[in-house]
Amino acid sequence: MSVAEKNAVAPALEGVRRRRSSRWMGRRRLPYLLILPAVLFELLIHVIPLLAGIGISFLGLSQFFIRNWTAAPVVGLDNYKVALDFGSPIGHGLLHSFAITAGFTALVIGVSWAGGLAAALLVNSEFRGRNWFRTLFLIPYALPVYVAVIAWSFMFDRDNGAINRLLVDDLHVVSHRPFWLLGTNAFWSIVMTTVWRLWPFAFLMTLAGLQNIPKEVYEAADLDGAGRMRQLRYITLPMLAPVTGVLIIVMFLWTFNEFNTPYVLFGKAPPSSADLLSLHIYVNSFIDLNFGLGSAMSVLLLIFLMLSTLIYLRVFKVGGGSRA
Amino acid sequence: MRSSLSSKASRVAGLAILSFVVIFPLYTIVISSIKPLGDVRGTFEWIPSHVTFRPYVEIWKTIPLAHYFVNSLFISVAATVLSVAVAIFAAYSISRYRFRGRGTFSTTVLATQMFPGILFLLPLFVIFVNIEKSIGIQLYGSYTGLIITYLTFSLPFSIWMLVGYFEAIPRDLEEAALIDGATPVGALFRILIPISLPGIAAVAIFAFITAWGEVLFASVLTTDKTMTLAIGLRNYASQSNVFWNQLMAASIVVSLPVVLAFLALQRYIVSGLTAGGVKS
Repeated sequence: MSVAEKNAVAPALEGVRRRRSSRWMGRRRLPYLLILPAVLFELLIHVIPLLAGIGISFLGLSQFFIRNWTAAPVVGLDNYKVALDFGSPIGHGLLHSFAITAGFTALVIGVSWAGGLAAALLVNSEFRGRNWFRTLFLIPYALPVYVAVIAWSFMFDRDNGAINRLLVDDLHVVSHRPFWLLGTNAFWSIVMTTVWRLWPFAFLMTLAGLQNIPKEVYEAADLDGAGRMRQLRYITLPMLAPVTGVLIIVMFLWTFNEFNTPYVLFGKAPPSSADLLSLHIYVNSFIDLNFGLGSAMSVLLLIFLMLSTLIYLRVFKVGGGSRA
Repeated sequence: MRSSLSSKASRVAGLAILSFVVIFPLYTIVISSIKPLGDVRGTFEWIPSHVTFRPYVEIWKTIPLAHYFVNSLFISVAATVLSVAVAIFAAYSISRYRFRGRGTFSTTVLATQMFPGILFLLPLFVIFVNIEKSIGIQLYGSYTGLIITYLTFSLPFSIWMLVGYFEAIPRDLEEAALIDGATPVGALFRILIPISLPGIAAVAIFAFITAWGEVLFASVLTTDKTMTLAIGLRNYASQSNVFWNQLMAASIVVSLPVVLAFLALQRYIVSGLTAGGVKS
């Protein structure tokens, strides 16, 4: 439709719309009706439980009140004081778990991003069979989380696992057979498992971003005699920045809240080196049955995530000018 | 693009390393699933002593795999269908109307992605139990409870991707339909949805994967009757005497449908990510 036609049609269209909508259902109400189901579900599953969770964090909701929630005493900020008293075993445990989670998150994001970028660059150039590689690299992400983690736990087995078979028996890079799921090794095992699952997401996002960079930019750079590394440094990475910005924050939130991997790998008693926050809080709430304290820890986690996200968005101006 | 010998060599090396990292666990799963039990009880061997498909038969008797499978399938399909339907309406509203609260709604939906699941799991459990007490709708331990939970989990991403899709579609088409006497919702069904089918399929597979693989909420909200694959297989894997060849066979059985669907739709998923906020 040309602009002129559009202008001619517009008033008529407006009239039609007005007539229709007044007959059908107030035009002003329609957008609200359309989002209503989404709003209701979000309220029931996310918003109300979140508010309730904040409420519970001010209650002394321990095992003694498990059958009668309403009788739990209001303890004010006591749960928070216990959680943040780093001298006590509980506070110290939380701080330790936080530090482990922070290190875990930084490593997982860094490696996943680098692997995803490398793979996307490799697959984005023209060669025969590139689609096969793209398909292959996406499989770990499509696999159900628990399948991937169960498979890794099978591979990490000290005596019969595939990892020790490869590293000890075949490549001889390690002399004794390490226990991969105990001690400090557990930390590296959980990083490895999580990266294996997550890096294809970085690959997928980066690939989508690369395909939005016009080819002409590279042709111009070729004419100017810019080498591959300079093109990567001065064209590809800057033009990927919006995608990378979103990618990093999404991976940050997922990884910091990661529960599935440690839970499937270690169950309810993870080794200290792999005591990630979500599982730490889960154990405090559901195993030790101290829901008030568990909720207070979750609220602290939420506050940390919100602050980090706000600072990140402010500093890197991610998503500025996009819809929302 | 010029490709010199050295860049070709580094490409081959890079692809080889990445492929090895991806294939190693996949190979372990596949090869272990066709080994006799004696093989998986000893040191890992790259090649089975002999190939057998019995693990694929026996696993259905070792654990109630069919029961888990039906539970997971029903819950995931229902959650996916509902999530996509709810997301289509919401995305249509956001992409085509300017209304008060639009920004708040979009921001809140995206912000829910930030909530630690652990924070609202316990209250959700309490709310479910109380709804049952007061109005008699069973949510804890029922299919309904998990279905509405999972549909909400995939909702933010689904809405976000569909808004991107819808905004890429010129409005002229719908306006023509409106002139022809269609209602806005009629235009959505006759124009927007047919054009966006690939994107909707991509959103659906994401929603399905979310529900199919979820562990945390299923571990608290299911009972023996509604136990999903995630919890059933995890519980079996954590026992002391595990038939690993059968467990690996089960892993393949439960992964194949999602992996194949995901790979079949990968083209639309990449373009869907491009259409959604990624380009911002």
